[in-house]
Amino acid sequence: MEAAIARKIRVVVAKPGLDGHDRGAKIIARALRDAGMEVIYTGLHQTPEQIAETVIQEDADAVGLSILSGAHMTLVPRVVELLKAQGVEDVLVTVGGTIPAEDIPELKELGVAAVFTPGSGTDEIVDFIRSGAEERHEREGA
Amino acid sequence: MATEPRQRPLEEREDERTTMSGQPIGPLYGPENAPAEPEESIGKPGEYPFTRGPYESMYRGRLWTMRQFAGFGTVEETNERFHYLLDHGQTGLSTAFDMPTLMGYDSDHERSLGEVGREGVAVDSLDDMEQLFEGIPLGGVTTSMTINAPAAILLAFYVLVGEKQGVPAEQLGGTIQTDILKEYIAQKEWCFPIEPAMRLVTDMIEWCSQQMPRWHPVSISGYHIREAGSTAQQELAFTLKDGFTYVERALERGLDIDDFAPRLSFFFNAHIDFFEEIAKYRAARRIWARELRDTYGAKREESMRLRFHAQTAGVSLTAQQPLNNVVRTSLEALAAVLGGTQSLHTNSCDEALALPTEEAVRVALRTQQVIAFESGVANTPDPLGGSWFVEKLTDEIERAAYEYFARIDELGGMVEAIRRNFPQREIADAAFTYQREVDERQRIVVGVNDFVAEDEPETPILRIDPALERKQADRLAATRARRDGSAVETALAELKRAAATEVNLMPPIIEAARARATEGEMIAALQEVFGTYTESPVF
Repeated sequence: MEAAIARKIRVVVAKPGLDGHDRGAKIIARALRDAGMEVIYTGLHQTPEQIAETVIQEDADAVGLSILSGAHMTLVPRVVELLKAQGVEDVLVTVGGTIPAEDIPELKELGVAAVFTPGSGTDEIVDFIRSGAEERHEREGA
Repeated sequence: MATEPRQRPLEEREDERTTMSGQPIGPLYGPENAPAEPEESIGKPGEYPFTRGPYESMYRGRLWTMRQFAGFGTVEETNERFHYLLDHGQTGLSTAFDMPTLMGYDSDHERSLGEVGREGVAVDSLDDMEQLFEGIPLGGVTTSMTINAPAAILLAFYVLVGEKQGVPAEQLGGTIQTDILKEYIAQKEWCFPIEPAMRLVTDMIEWCSQQMPRWHPVSISGYHIREAGSTAQQELAFTLKDGFTYVERALERGLDIDDFAPRLSFFFNAHIDFFEEIAKYRAARRIWARELRDTYGAKREESMRLRFHAQTAGVSLTAQQPLNNVVRTSLEALAAVLGGTQSLHTNSCDEALALPTEEAVRVALRTQQVIAFESGVANTPDPLGGSWFVEKLTDEIERAAYEYFARIDELGGMVEAIRRNFPQREIADAAFTYQREVDERQRIVVGVNDFVAEDEPETPILRIDPALERKQADRLAATRARRDGSAVETALAELKRAAATEVNLMPPIIEAARARATEGEMIAALQEVFGTYTESPVF
């Protein structure tokens, strides 16, 4: 493959539902931006519909869903479902927040690529998103 | 700019030490650090400037209130937890509401899906509130309620429960958080734009000063500001500045400072950097006393003395090796007590991932009881007063607060500073700096970036039964079916009419609550007049 100008990775960082805890989401958004990615931070109180819409409109490679309200098993599946329904299945979906270990397998089965629980390192998250997005670019032959 | 790490890696440092907030700490403190005029700046507990405490005898006269924040599921589960905690020796109630209730949505609203009862208890109407306090005489206990944008509505519910029990409003004791400025800054639970929200706060301060002399209509909070990632200096400065702003609005309303200031209360974080926290509380009291007397003209000592509730820092808890959290909470609780708190919540060890189980919250309560009854620290007021180190830290954090006051004043005051994202950006920067320090192992978090355990057993955590959402929706439907629909319509129309004028909104809210208008209906009615709020976030 020719060496093309590397396409910038585009990531949506989203806060689904009524949860107002945005400390982690903002840190990740900044870290991704510092790592050279194009970051779209949705802000708070997003419905799954709004998040899916943003992912599509922004042509995102990845979406990070940050959720600390305990409502993740309702909201995350809904976002994934909407992305599938709109034919955007290969977007990397990651979840961060207060997610009990027992819920992680079910989220992964739905198509969530990774769940980052409290204590996760920033670099680990950035690297995961970078490699997942680069894979997506390769698949698309960018 | 606050994005440089505050500490260089251990190997490179000569002998630099700072508090977790970046305040440099010298190698030794001695008599040369003693304050210049101790009688003036330190004084005695119970006397201006109250550095050593708001009361002369402090815990010798009366221990702090042991007040565990509790709430989950529907009112039945939470009532059960209230009774459990009271039976195990807690001395005050504290109510956690769920996200829909905090944001002004009824439990059957589409935005509430999946959220009902998860972060706290679901309360939609007076019917729920009555059951929440079933078997609990409101004349015999003080209750704190953590709710802000819809606070006036929850206060109305509480007053009406008291009325039904035969306890008049003027005998009800407790606190409602109400502190809307810190919502825009940190906790992010809002219903309206800033100005109408501030009007509601002033309405509550005014109404309570006349009708509820034992009640705290606002709990001016730093806890959430700190949890969002601020430094201790920012927590102190932004909290006090919010407090001054409420004072100014109340004075603009025409209230007499000495009629409302005695009932203003505060809520601080009790974080893990032990001595910094103690200094923070002492500086808070001194600053508040000076400003209330000299800037706002208070004459009564009760107006000048800052009283606070403290909660140990949720953000300090780790999901890794959760038993370590018992140690963290103990140290943090001790700092709050040595700092002279009036009321205390101790976190449970399992709270990094969920609301506490009964077993975990019992240990948290016992932590307070061991401190109170076994450690001896409650036997004399302000035992660290006069410590060269603590007095110096107190002076330094006080100075840092005044620097922030000046910057906020330059921006046009706190409301304008919030509109310009000033405190929000300070907090985001401080949070990012802290995370970098942890990522680079300049700051050790035991069990997370050092002293890691490879294999950890799973901790049993509290699960919220999803069926409770259906149960609450049914309760709500039953309330709607039972009530007089046209009385509700009339009351809501009256509420809207009143909201468009300058009258105090507590009376029409109480009447609507009495008719069983739901919280969501009342908020929606007010939003038709006030509008809503969307932030423009900075990161």
